[in-house]
Amino acid sequence: MSDTIKNVKLADMPAYELVKAGTGGCAGCPSPMGLRIVGKALGPNSIMVMTPSCAVASIGVMPKSCYDVPVLNVCFASAGASAAGISMSLDAQLKNGALSGEKPTVFTWVGDGGTYDIGFQGISAAAERNDDFIHFCYNNEAYSNTGVQRSGATPKYAVTTTTPAGKESQKKNVPLLMLEQRIAYVATASLAYPLDFYRKVQKAKSIQGFKYIELHAPCGPGWKFASSDTVELARLAVKSGAWLLWEGEHGKLTLNAPTKQLAEGKMPCAELEEYLKLQGRFAHIMKSTEKAAAIEAMKSEIRREMDFMLGREKL
Amino acid sequence: MNNLPINPLSCATEGAGGPTGTWRSHRPVIDPAKCTGCLLCWIWCPEGVIAKEDRSINYDYCKGCGLCAKECPAHAITMIKEADHE
Amino acid sequence: MSKRMDTGNSACALAVKAAKVDFIAAYPITPQTSISEKLADYAAAGELSGVYLPVESEHSVMSAVAAASAAGSRTFTATSSQGLLYMHEILHYASGGRLPIVMANVNRAVCAPWCLYADHQDSVSQRDTGWLQFHCASHQEIYDTIFLAYKVAEKVKIPAMINYDGFLLSHSMLSFETLEQDLVDQFLTPYRPDWKLHPQWGGTFGNVAAAAEYSAYRNTLAEDTLKAAAVIEEEARNYQKLTGRWHGGMIDVQGPEDADVFLMSMGSMAAEMELAAEALQAMGIKADNLKVRVYRPFPAEALRQALPAHAKLLVFDRNLAYGHEGGALLMEARSALYNRDETVKIAGISLGIGGIDLPASLLTEKALALLEGLK
Ligand SMILES: Cc1ncc(C[n+]2csc(CCOP(=O)(O)OP(=O)(O)O)c2C)c(N)n1
Ligand code: SF4
Ligand code: SF4
Ligand SMILES: [Mg+2]
Repeated sequence: MSDTIKNVKLADMPAYELVKAGTGGCAGCPSPMGLRIVGKALGPNSIMVMTPSCAVASIGVMPKSCYDVPVLNVCFASAGASAAGISMSLDAQLKNGALSGEKPTVFTWVGDGGTYDIGFQGISAAAERNDDFIHFCYNNEAYSNTGVQRSGATPKYAVTTTTPAGKESQKKNVPLLMLEQRIAYVATASLAYPLDFYRKVQKAKSIQGFKYIELHAPCGPGWKFASSDTVELARLAVKSGAWLLWEGEHGKLTLNAPTKQLAEGKMPCAELEEYLKLQGRFAHIMKSTEKAAAIEAMKSEIRREMDFMLGREKL
Repeated sequence: MNNLPINPLSCATEGAGGPTGTWRSHRPVIDPAKCTGCLLCWIWCPEGVIAKEDRSINYDYCKGCGLCAKECPAHAITMIKEADHE
Repeated sequence: MSKRMDTGNSACALAVKAAKVDFIAAYPITPQTSISEKLADYAAAGELSGVYLPVESEHSVMSAVAAASAAGSRTFTATSSQGLLYMHEILHYASGGRLPIVMANVNRAVCAPWCLYADHQDSVSQRDTGWLQFHCASHQEIYDTIFLAYKVAEKVKIPAMINYDGFLLSHSMLSFETLEQDLVDQFLTPYRPDWKLHPQWGGTFGNVAAAAEYSAYRNTLAEDTLKAAAVIEEEARNYQKLTGRWHGGMIDVQGPEDADVFLMSMGSMAAEMELAAEALQAMGIKADNLKVRVYRPFPAEALRQALPAHAKLLVFDRNLAYGHEGGALLMEARSALYNRDETVKIAGISLGIGGIDLPASLLTEKALALLEGLK
């Protein structure tokens, strides 16, 4: 269990549930797990935009929905523009008196497919315009909803149904692109660190303009691990350095614990193999003669990334 | 909700995905004597079926993922086969 | 009310401003661009009651406008050709969501090869997206149709596309009259929907539906689109009562009582067709100009009523129905009149593709050839 959750103040989080029990998602799904925390941090005065994904496929069928905030369930490439449209419409209506009260927080809940690939243009453009909403990417590193195909966020070597021999190219780094767009606030987060995530969402809520938060979201059926292991996988990703925790404001980067300590060598990284061997999508590597070389290559990528971020933090 | 039928609208409802408790092969059972009230199971349960106040579990929708049992630092939660549960 | 000499795009932008639109998103494309530039100018000068979002593509335009409409705003955008095609996915979303967006589509040919000039392939190829489609033949009609489109769209909760020909209308300088703001306000009250995407109302919009619910929504949209014809006729009359302006209801036929030859077309061609009808009349042919003002819903009933027994209907399409003779209007006119009256004869032609000039002399010549073929 988690030595990372010290001084836990989970008790301070509100009982409010954005997700109503009985969703259509798989047992152990990271999406409602993350959304529940988002709901606690943002509260009910919020409007959510979703695009086709597991989070939508598990919503239930009309006239029912498992989400207890207003939701615009829009097309796959639409998140950035639709959230901007809602946010500006609210501004206009609050100004002309058609609406009153506090402006609801507009946020998106979109997969890595909807963020890294098909929806990237609209999200990057909203970031550039500094439209006032929070974009959440729950990154399960594949198109899980359509049966686990590769996405721009799928890591190298991972098997998906469209990379049956393992992915050959490196994944994109969209949070880093957002950092360099110098948006109001960008953060990465992990399900294994709920308080860190909660704090980041609250922080994003308090800032006007475009905010981007990417949640690492291990998916059992997609990565082939047991439904009980979602948090364990999220934790091992952070501890091995496969997923880095950091945040940035207007281009100013801060590495968060424990990534900072791992990067600075003040704490040893967990063995990457521990993380990989729990997942079926890397099984071909673990069985192959190239196992040692592949793991070495992955580790050197992690080291490079950490060094880069340590240097970037000084800017 | 002021639901106008002309727009395609749905209403927030428990069990929108069906009676998901029937998916379960094993059920989590919490030993109150061991539970320290750390609330980790509450925050991590994907379905939100563990009550914050008393950690009672809503078995109508608990999918039996086993995450709460795996993560409980006090080992207060055991997964018990549904058939064996009287 | 003031008379001015200006472009069709200016007439459009002026009407949008007068319609007190709350939310505009747009992306440049010839020949629409000057509408979005003018609206951006109005916004910058504080003359616009609403806000203006300059997005990065037409897919995003329609995504933003649909979302803002769901959030409760009166919305507008303008596009042409490739831009309209690029919106296609969200056009279906907007109509299925019953969002009363109004959009100007300045008609332009579609690529390949590239061509900047007017034909109706862009809008005709969006026929089955569930939008109302108006066509305008003059600057005055563009200006007046903006108000009518909002009135109707918000009443029937179906988005509306206002089409007019690129360059021929969008860039030509012609005179038209604006309307005093209080008359506009009388005709068009502020948009106040019964439901908004907002915590005060709640709800998941556009959720996954089972077949029964899905088909119920879609069938209702189909029925309501047909019913919109009566609303358009009624509101066009209301607008006439208020302003004295009339461009027709679903169609416009104003020729001789005893006409038996009808020249059917839409867009700027319909203005030129007036002259062709006169030329035919001078030759002793009892010809009348039949302007299609609304392409969706198709003016089937208006057509049935307008045509006497033994009429000859000559259909001029500025689009191509690939794999079929002529264009969309010809196909649809035939199907609307089938079984109605076997004595009505129908012939048609596609022309003016890629903006080829259509002077009255050419239209007259083509009409005579079509009549010859009907003998
Ligand atoms: C334009 C369009 N193309 C393809 C699809 C099919 N589709 C639905 S969900 C999805 C993948 C979603 O992936 P991601 O955003 O990562 O969400 P996840 O399913 O992993 O939760 C795809 C390809 C679609 N709905 N729309
Ligand atoms: S496939 Fe993965 S992301 Fe999709 S519902 Fe199942 S666990 Fe969740
Ligand atoms: S088994 Fe899973 S769904 Fe059931 S209470 Fe535990 S964490 Fe929640
Ligand atoms: Mg995904």
